[in-house]
Amino acid sequence: MGTRLTLFRLESRPEASKAMVYLSPLIAVGMTIITAMVMFALLGVDPVDAIATFFIEPISTLDGVTELCVKATPLILIGVGLAIGFQANVWNIGAEGQLIMGALAGGGLALAFYDQGSILLVPAMLICGTLGGLAWAAIPAWLKTRFNTNEILTSLMLTYVGLLVLSYLVHGPWKDPEGMNFPESRMFHDSALLPVLIEETRLNVGWLLALLAVAAGWVLISRHIIGFQIKVIGIAPLAGTFAGFKEKKLIWVTLLISGGCAGLAGVIELSGAIGQIVPAISPGYGFTAIIVAFLGRLHPAGVFFAGLLMALTYLGGDSAQITMNLPNAVTGVFQGMLLFFLLASDVLIRYRVRVGRRNIHTRLSE
Amino acid sequence: MTNAASSEIPRLELIGVNKTYPGVVANKDVSLKVRPGEIHALLGENGAGKSTLVKFIYGVQKADTGLMLWEGLEVQLANPNAARKLGIGMVFQHFSLFDAMTVEENIAVGISSELAKGDLSGRIRKVSAQYGLPLDPGRYVHTLSVGERQRIEVVRCLLQDPALLIMDEPTSVLTPQEVEELFKTLRRLSEEGVSILYISHKLEEIKKLCHTATIMRMGEVVAECTPNKETARSMAEIMMGDNLISPRRAHHRTDGEVRLKLEDLSAVSNHQHGTNLTSVNLRVHAGEVLGIAGIAGNGQRELMEVLTGETLADTAEAIMLDGTAIGRMDPIKRRQIGIGLVPEERFGHGAVAGMSLWENALLSGATRMKLLKKGFIKKEASNDFAEDIVKQFRVKTPGVGHAANSLSGGNLQKFIVGREIVQAPGVIVVLQPTWGVDAGSAASIRQSLIDMATRGAAVLVVSQDLEELFEISDRIAVISAGRMSDARATESITVEEIGLLMAGVGLDGNTVDVV
Repeated sequence: MGTRLTLFRLESRPEASKAMVYLSPLIAVGMTIITAMVMFALLGVDPVDAIATFFIEPISTLDGVTELCVKATPLILIGVGLAIGFQANVWNIGAEGQLIMGALAGGGLALAFYDQGSILLVPAMLICGTLGGLAWAAIPAWLKTRFNTNEILTSLMLTYVGLLVLSYLVHGPWKDPEGMNFPESRMFHDSALLPVLIEETRLNVGWLLALLAVAAGWVLISRHIIGFQIKVIGIAPLAGTFAGFKEKKLIWVTLLISGGCAGLAGVIELSGAIGQIVPAISPGYGFTAIIVAFLGRLHPAGVFFAGLLMALTYLGGDSAQITMNLPNAVTGVFQGMLLFFLLASDVLIRYRVRVGRRNIHTRLSE
Repeated sequence: MTNAASSEIPRLELIGVNKTYPGVVANKDVSLKVRPGEIHALLGENGAGKSTLVKFIYGVQKADTGLMLWEGLEVQLANPNAARKLGIGMVFQHFSLFDAMTVEENIAVGISSELAKGDLSGRIRKVSAQYGLPLDPGRYVHTLSVGERQRIEVVRCLLQDPALLIMDEPTSVLTPQEVEELFKTLRRLSEEGVSILYISHKLEEIKKLCHTATIMRMGEVVAECTPNKETARSMAEIMMGDNLISPRRAHHRTDGEVRLKLEDLSAVSNHQHGTNLTSVNLRVHAGEVLGIAGIAGNGQRELMEVLTGETLADTAEAIMLDGTAIGRMDPIKRRQIGIGLVPEERFGHGAVAGMSLWENALLSGATRMKLLKKGFIKKEASNDFAEDIVKQFRVKTPGVGHAANSLSGGNLQKFIVGREIVQAPGVIVVLQPTWGVDAGSAASIRQSLIDMATRGAAVLVVSQDLEELFEISDRIAVISAGRMSDARATESITVEEIGLLMAGVGLDGNTVDVV
């Protein structure tokens, strides 16, 4: 009954400070930068120089800023969708797979019309892409509501199925007949490419769609009854059923929203940045977006900033590799540290560390 | 352990105990003496500081300042193990038993390994026979009644040969007959020299059982008295200060039209070891308060769930609300027709702890109070609704933007009951309306339910607190093992009859032996 702990223990605080909840991502960023500087110093690189190369140089030009937005587009889109689902305790871990299936649905349409452009092609591709991701997320939703399966497992496993479908298509039926046997599809028709916003850059309409998703997600979560139901079911499922909210319906809604967002991100990446179907459509945007969602406090506005920050770590890794000869693994280290410090400061916001002994007794509670 | 020899030195003495939590003074300069063989009541409302004090005595928690003397010597208890070694046993209000294990196994895991060795079941039989606590060591816990489960906890303490037994609200889960049996056991223990610290807020019981009483209010000892020389009223006044108000009953009226009718209602429980409802029949009329008595776990939770619509009845006609068959309707449609519901659990069921009051108002009021426009939340209307509740029911809060868990239990319960009443439903169903609520709030909640009936609504109250039911009900029915007795006028039913019904005697052939 009574156990004795020595040295450190965590004692829950009476009330978590509201301000700190929002400050903790900033603390995490600060700590990441400090630790990174120590790390760079140990590697024998000038820390200030390295940080500048990593965080400032990539966005010191217009080209760099637009490139940041291009990278942030899928992260923000997917992050908004995931954040909504996570608030309902629906853990869609398979956004990467939904992104691929969305890209394949939209890209398939582009290939079907590769020799005849149309002004309707891009909108149709975006719709197909969204539906593709949505359909892929519908599988875990159906399995969960029908058989009570764990959506974490099913959605993750379906990611690998999606990767294999992509691999099969680019190595087989969708391979470019004139492509010298490279596992790539034909190049898309010009009218299948997303309109560019600023000449000479890759910044495209997808960025506007990401901003739209942030606004729509914000309204849904804070103003609409569906968002309210999502929050209630997430925090107190019994209170939700007492109020008459239907848990199964909300599982469907949240998985379809996050799947649709991921699918849309996939087709935007394809027709905005790549222009053909290749074996590696995404460098793990679907997984990184999970960090983005949490770093953004599961709030669409927070996801917007978190998405930009994570995109910067991708760009910073590239530029550190080019100008300072640092390994590309630095990107992974940065993302890992960011998540670690975020979780650590979250723990310290809810608990305080006490040094010394105490008896823990769980039976007495009033 | 003879009474006379050690009567000079108290068995337990506390001197000047202080304990402060962030923002709350839980104990302020509390002193207390318990003599050998004395049954000593610790009396006070919820939040008066009784539990904090007991946690200190049982070694669960340290006090900020203050001394504890055991047989005249100062002791410092590091943990409950040390308390048990000293000879202090405690029976908690919430049992810690494993349903899937036998009585003997449950006792074995709760005591030291030396004690558990040898012929444990023989010793269990012996102790239980000696103190009138019939218990079969081989029975599985999930087959036992709540009263029998409590006996396991008592026997577990007695096996350790305690010199002081602490009982925390032991009768809240017992039938009146079981209470009598428990009291016999406690008196026998007292005659043998065991001291008993009896924590309760039930005045009649304390008058009957206890030799002395220490009364606490807001963390302080406000009086020490001899209960059989006091009246329940006089002790209540000391306990509650100026909070004591008795509800005013306007007039009894049980001949209004039937607003809620349950006919042959059966439902399978969703819970493990839950209780199925078996052909429940009940009519609640306009203008009356109908009370349902019963020991927890006899189908109250299941009845509530089938009324809210969280589980569906087998047929729609099994539940009729103002003439509409609602047995298979979802909760939102039921509320639209006009039923207000207050579940037992405030946090996580009736309200969302971390959400603001206006959001909690929206939780059950969205459709009936028209707080939505094409699916979008009308923030101002929701705010007004929540403020209306706060004002009408005198909920103490700095504002409706504050989270539900910033309210005290009593204030939150007033808010939840108020939320349903302000929606003016034709029928209101309340489970445990004043559970864990301070006396002031309890009185105002009871009054508001009575007022609701006076205005013509049908009020159904499910409670374990018999005093409460006698105070506010026009008719009383008893639920036992998922079956409902016929409702009878409050004037014509006695506590003893209710006790028998609670134990399942007299419910259409479904009789059980009463111990």
